[in-house]
Amino acid sequence: MNRIYMDHVAGTPLLPEALDAMLPFLREKFGNPSSIHGFGEEAETAVTEARESVAALINADPDEIVFTSCGTESNNAAFKGVPWANKPKGNHIVTTPIEHFSIMHSIKALERDGFDVTQVPVDEYALVNPADVEKAITDRTVLVSVQLANPEVGTIEPVAEIAEICRRKKVAFHTDAVDAAGIIPVDVKALQVDLLSLSANMFYGPKGAAALFIRKGTKISPLLDGGIQERGKRAGTENVPAIVGLGVAAEAAAREMAARVAHLEKLSTRLRDGLVEKIPHLLVFGKPGLRLPGNVSVGARFIEGESVLLFMDMAGIAIASGSACISRSLKVSHVMLAMGVAHGEANGSLLFSLGKDKKEAEVDAAIRELAPIVQRLRDMSPLYKKKTT
Amino acid sequence: MAIRYSQTVMDHFTNPRNVGEMPDPDGVGEVGNPACGDIMTFYIKVSDNVITDVKFKTFGCGAAIAVSSMISEMAIGKTLEEALKITNKQVAEQLEGLPQTKMHCSNLGADALHAAISSYRKAKETKSGPEKVVAAEHEDEGGEHKEGSCHCPHCDIETPADIPYCQGCGHELKK
Repeated sequence: MNRIYMDHVAGTPLLPEALDAMLPFLREKFGNPSSIHGFGEEAETAVTEARESVAALINADPDEIVFTSCGTESNNAAFKGVPWANKPKGNHIVTTPIEHFSIMHSIKALERDGFDVTQVPVDEYALVNPADVEKAITDRTVLVSVQLANPEVGTIEPVAEIAEICRRKKVAFHTDAVDAAGIIPVDVKALQVDLLSLSANMFYGPKGAAALFIRKGTKISPLLDGGIQERGKRAGTENVPAIVGLGVAAEAAAREMAARVAHLEKLSTRLRDGLVEKIPHLLVFGKPGLRLPGNVSVGARFIEGESVLLFMDMAGIAIASGSACISRSLKVSHVMLAMGVAHGEANGSLLFSLGKDKKEAEVDAAIRELAPIVQRLRDMSPLYKKKTT
Repeated sequence: MAIRYSQTVMDHFTNPRNVGEMPDPDGVGEVGNPACGDIMTFYIKVSDNVITDVKFKTFGCGAAIAVSSMISEMAIGKTLEEALKITNKQVAEQLEGLPQTKMHCSNLGADALHAAISSYRKAKETKSGPEKVVAAEHEDEGGEHKEGSCHCPHCDIETPADIPYCQGCGHELKK
């Protein structure tokens, strides 16, 4: 069966040129970048080059890039490290209810440590109002963290405006850009953010490599204690092969950005329009005109997402859902609830996240397969009363 | 998270038995709500104290649909007393097992069938047409604190007892 992958927010295929660049570092170039002999030097040189590529992708200076193991680590490092380092100044943090679990669950850990956390609300598009952030900041606030784009509904947040407020209030600002960096243009100088998380696996790099941008002068305590890798900001031997892959993926993303965005926008419009046309009672999530280019997030009313995903998987099409039945916690997507979507409708949410290699024929196949699956499940649902026409 | 269902679950999910409504049921039971992700409505036909037909409609995941289908098959031909003895465990066994996080779906199915039976009995008592009985929902299990650790029922993992939430899923655990 020809499988169609439409779950790029969960992870992307690895670029062939990234794999080629990585292989020598899994074979003969196995040195530790901290060693001073030739083996160490060739590894260190490769890490330095990757650092330059990642810095160029987001218009940072190379020494503002700290390599980590995943987006979750980057978010933990920023969201906990900045408050820890600024304890004498205050104990208050401002964030939103639509963040990734690496932020959401860190809130609870920080609260246990005596920090107060305010979550500003979002509107029905999952959009944060910068004025709400401004109101939430107190003289004890040490960090504001708002994601750059939401993976579940695609909405792109007004991060530059929020950063401007934080700059004026002299509060550090972190943005989780894991779902945006390498996908849409991200410029830390234009955005004026102090910290930014990104992850290789969201833009065709390998799993196991991510980065945290830390603007020069930002006070932060390290998450891991150990050696002085990454200028003391992240101890532990570097995952050299993965970092090399991240560097190649960052370079490719910067080079192909405009073409990829144009392609994805065309495909997602085709998919969204096609689904709306073929499937009645379909909710469309996210802010129109302000969404990630490959993100199509819809809600099929009267049915539940897991059963849709099972049938779609049998048809060879891989998508995602915010349904409670799918999450390990059996809880409905916190993003959907924060947007004010009713529980039942959030359980029917379906997320198509497209990638640069998707084709129109694949989009058309997804539309063709989904429509009868939705109807079949609706015919089985006590919530759906078939309309007589 | 890959969901791994048994072949029997997938069979009942993809070809559910007895789906539909009944024009003139002898009992109607319902359980669940859209918030928890599952709603099951069961219709039964009863003759001489024996369940002669069952129909159901279900809003829910693969497990919920398979559970509904299996219970409808198990109930047909049973006396009311026998049908009331159908347990969640039996349903799960007949389905060749359910993933840990889906065990509550089997609770819902048995509850919906039992609600349909009490709907039938009430109608018989009052000599009127059957009214839908909505089964009470199960309390959120919360978390179970054991000595030195706390068990999260959603993730099936242990977390240190001094942490008020599950480290796996963030679910609040009651003391």
